Amino acid sequence: MPHFAMVIDTKTCIGCTDCVDACRMENNVPEGLCYDWVVEITEGRYPELKTEFRSERCNHCSNATCVDACPTGASQYWNGSNIVVVDATRCTGCKACIAACPYDSRLIMEPQGYIGKCTFCVHRVQYGEDPACVATCPAHAMHFGLLDDPGSAVSRLLATRAHYVLAPETGNQPNVFYLR
Amino acid sequence: GCSRPAEWQRMMTEAPATETPTVCNICFWACAAKVHTRGERLWKITGNPEDAHCEGRLCTRGTGGVGAYYDPNRLVRPLVRMGKGADQRFEVASWDNALGLVAERMEKIAREHGPDRLAALVHGPGAAHFSHLVRAFGSDSIAEPAFAQCRGPRDTGFFLTFGQGFGSPEQTDMAKARCIVLIGTHIGENLHNSQVRTFTDGIRNDATIIVVDPRFSVAAGKANHWLPIRPGTDIALLLAWMNVILAERRYDAGYVARNTVGLEALCAHVAPFTPEWAYGETGIEPALIRETARLMAAAAPATVVHPGRHSTWWGDDTQRARAMAILAGLLGIWGREGGYYLPESVALPAYPVPAYPVPKTSWREIALPVFPLAGAPVTNVILDNAHGADAHYKGLIVYDTNLPMTMPGIRRTLEAAAQSLELIVAVDVQPAEVTGYADVVLPECSYLERHDPLRNSGERYPALALRAPALPPRGESKPGWWIAREIGTRLGLGRYFPWTDYTEVIDWQLRQVGSSLKELETTGIRAFPRRTPAYFAPGETPRFATPSGKIELFSATLQQAGFDPLPRYTRPEAPPADHFHLNYGRAPQHSFSRTQNNPVLYQLMPENLVWIHPTAARRFGIRNGTYVRLVNQDGVVSNKVRVRVTERTRPDSVWLVHGFGHTAPGLSLARGRGADDSALMTRVLYDPIMGGTGMRGNFVTFRKENA
Repeated sequence: MPHFAMVIDTKTCIGCTDCVDACRMENNVPEGLCYDWVVEITEGRYPELKTEFRSERCNHCSNATCVDACPTGASQYWNGSNIVVVDATRCTGCKACIAACPYDSRLIMEPQGYIGKCTFCVHRVQYGEDPACVATCPAHAMHFGLLDDPGSAVSRLLATRAHYVLAPETGNQPNVFYLR
Repeated sequence: GCSRPAEWQRMMTEAPATETPTVCNICFWACAAKVHTRGERLWKITGNPEDAHCEGRLCTRGTGGVGAYYDPNRLVRPLVRMGKGADQRFEVASWDNALGLVAERMEKIAREHGPDRLAALVHGPGAAHFSHLVRAFGSDSIAEPAFAQCRGPRDTGFFLTFGQGFGSPEQTDMAKARCIVLIGTHIGENLHNSQVRTFTDGIRNDATIIVVDPRFSVAAGKANHWLPIRPGTDIALLLAWMNVILAERRYDAGYVARNTVGLEALCAHVAPFTPEWAYGETGIEPALIRETARLMAAAAPATVVHPGRHSTWWGDDTQRARAMAILAGLLGIWGREGGYYLPESVALPAYPVPAYPVPKTSWREIALPVFPLAGAPVTNVILDNAHGADAHYKGLIVYDTNLPMTMPGIRRTLEAAAQSLELIVAVDVQPAEVTGYADVVLPECSYLERHDPLRNSGERYPALALRAPALPPRGESKPGWWIAREIGTRLGLGRYFPWTDYTEVIDWQLRQVGSSLKELETTGIRAFPRRTPAYFAPGETPRFATPSGKIELFSATLQQAGFDPLPRYTRPEAPPADHFHLNYGRAPQHSFSRTQNNPVLYQLMPENLVWIHPTAARRFGIRNGTYVRLVNQDGVVSNKVRVRVTERTRPDSVWLVHGFGHTAPGLSLARGRGADDSALMTRVLYDPIMGGTGMRGNFVTFRKENA
């Protein structure tokens, strides 16, 4: 099955939130909501300081607890891949997936009431394009591709650079990786 | 389940949108872009992949350009003011009446005082339409805040040294640099698109990054060496760097011998300024000063001493720029790979119109007696001469520049000008503060709804880019070219506008260089081959456009004008007790004071935060997330602003993002949100060389805000 991953280089990420902006425009995200967000972590005391920015979103887990938790099958893997999407026509808005997600990446779409989230821009990925956030990153800090392909940019970056994922202990096998 | 599929499900089978080329206008970087529309619905704006300014990636602000179209408060009808001075009541007028009134008052000024008594304060690519109108009318007093409030000192300092300033984009070869030196410029937070890309290229290439900034900026967080300098002491650091490079003979001896004058005088000048001396001024450890000087010299000429951009800080700014330029000269980086490349633009003929009349008095006669080496008209000199009954200027056209939040502490002057001037016209897209001072407000449509002059910037590869309308103008708003032409026609200046639609001008120009409007409407951009090399040849001795033809380490021009021929350091004023340096900068979500009411960018950053160090916060009992007011040393109180307690600011300084704290009643989103740094700048430190308004000599303390 196609195994998609996003790799984000914290060494070059400037925390500009263009990823958030591009996602909101691309996906017509309603006012007040967003599918991705940027976290700043600053450590130390002036002038011994360290800051890291992290663009966060759904991790499109290989073992997604949200998909397991969904009673109607609305939360599902797209087309046999690890891209997690919600079929609004089957979603009852019960919020079981929100409780099951370790990344707080799901939200209630108003006024319709179904559960929304990052789709890795599957409407673009189906044509071989990058998600909008990756395609717009002015620092070229974001990468997207197939982990099944050892020659892909994401595979090569993960093979050569130290990296981490968020909440690895959950066993969800997340697919958004952060280069140190 | 929902009766309707999710947005993503709908998009899986959606037909492609229409794409129209534009040049982004959210900031001056002017990235070529594509506007994606479906009917009259604007979906998104993306970068043009063929454009070197953006490489297909718009920044946060450019992506949010959608909000410039959907801004709920846009000006859509002409307005005429009912009173004068501080009275900001307007009534709606027809275009015919508004334009008729403008032409009538302009004629009266010409008849009674002379057309040279009309001035214009302008910004952006559309400024060309109004500069053209004012020149045709008979005045050359056309100033941009981009000079005296921003780049002027930098460009003057480099011009005096190299015979040439920096353009936009800056010709910094950061993608190929082995060392990048940023002095107070916070790339990443100022999101100048290709600067960010090439800066991160430098990081990817493991270039040595040296960042001088009192604040732990985003760029400082990427640096190998961060120099947390005491505010206002940059010249001391620069002198010490030069001291090390000269004393240890680490400069590019061949380049310096071939291309510079004044080395001996420079050596003698910087000899006393050791790193140990500089430590006392800057607070930077001597060992770190030495190490960083050696690193930049070892990497040279692949070293970028970044010239920065907003450079009006302490009033000695041209001299600081000179110090940076001299350092660049010693390192031999001008015209060298990995240093400063040589930019080239397209040789694009101007559309033929009659010669402009020679103004009876030029701006030079007004500005140069005050600021002898001003290389461009000075906004503040124009405004200083635009109020009171005996003022030189009698009328003002303001295009696309929000003066009250662009020029420090200027509101009283503007009110006086609004009282005494015979005419103030403001052409704007939104009801910005400046429109409140105008007798006539003319609504321009946004950049997404109009043609503008072709973009032709100095770049590594010359290219022309087109801004074409993707949507019809909202309401009764009109393109700038139409407004300027209508005023010109009413003044009998029709011969300067011998066309009916601006597309005729664009198409004519493009045909002179073997292209056409039709081509650019499809591609958005057209690249041209370089005619000259991007770097000097090895051992070349190019002629620089200075009086000596060489890089002037020692400036006879400055000496003759009565200024220091070599940069001198003056210790800046320290904050009074319980006061803090008022430092300010940019955020990646906003441009100047022009985007706070953009509903898309507003969502990303609705207000600015004042950064306060934990020690100061503790001392004043201020908690993170609460509101305070800033009070400057002259008792001026800001709007309430939310506190961010952070180690990233110096204990003796506060920092906030410029452009917030709007007061214009028509800006429903932005009004009353955050604090306006410009209003707190009552102490302006004028650069005596070129008239720049130094804005860093202001100090603030806190007043706690209840609830």
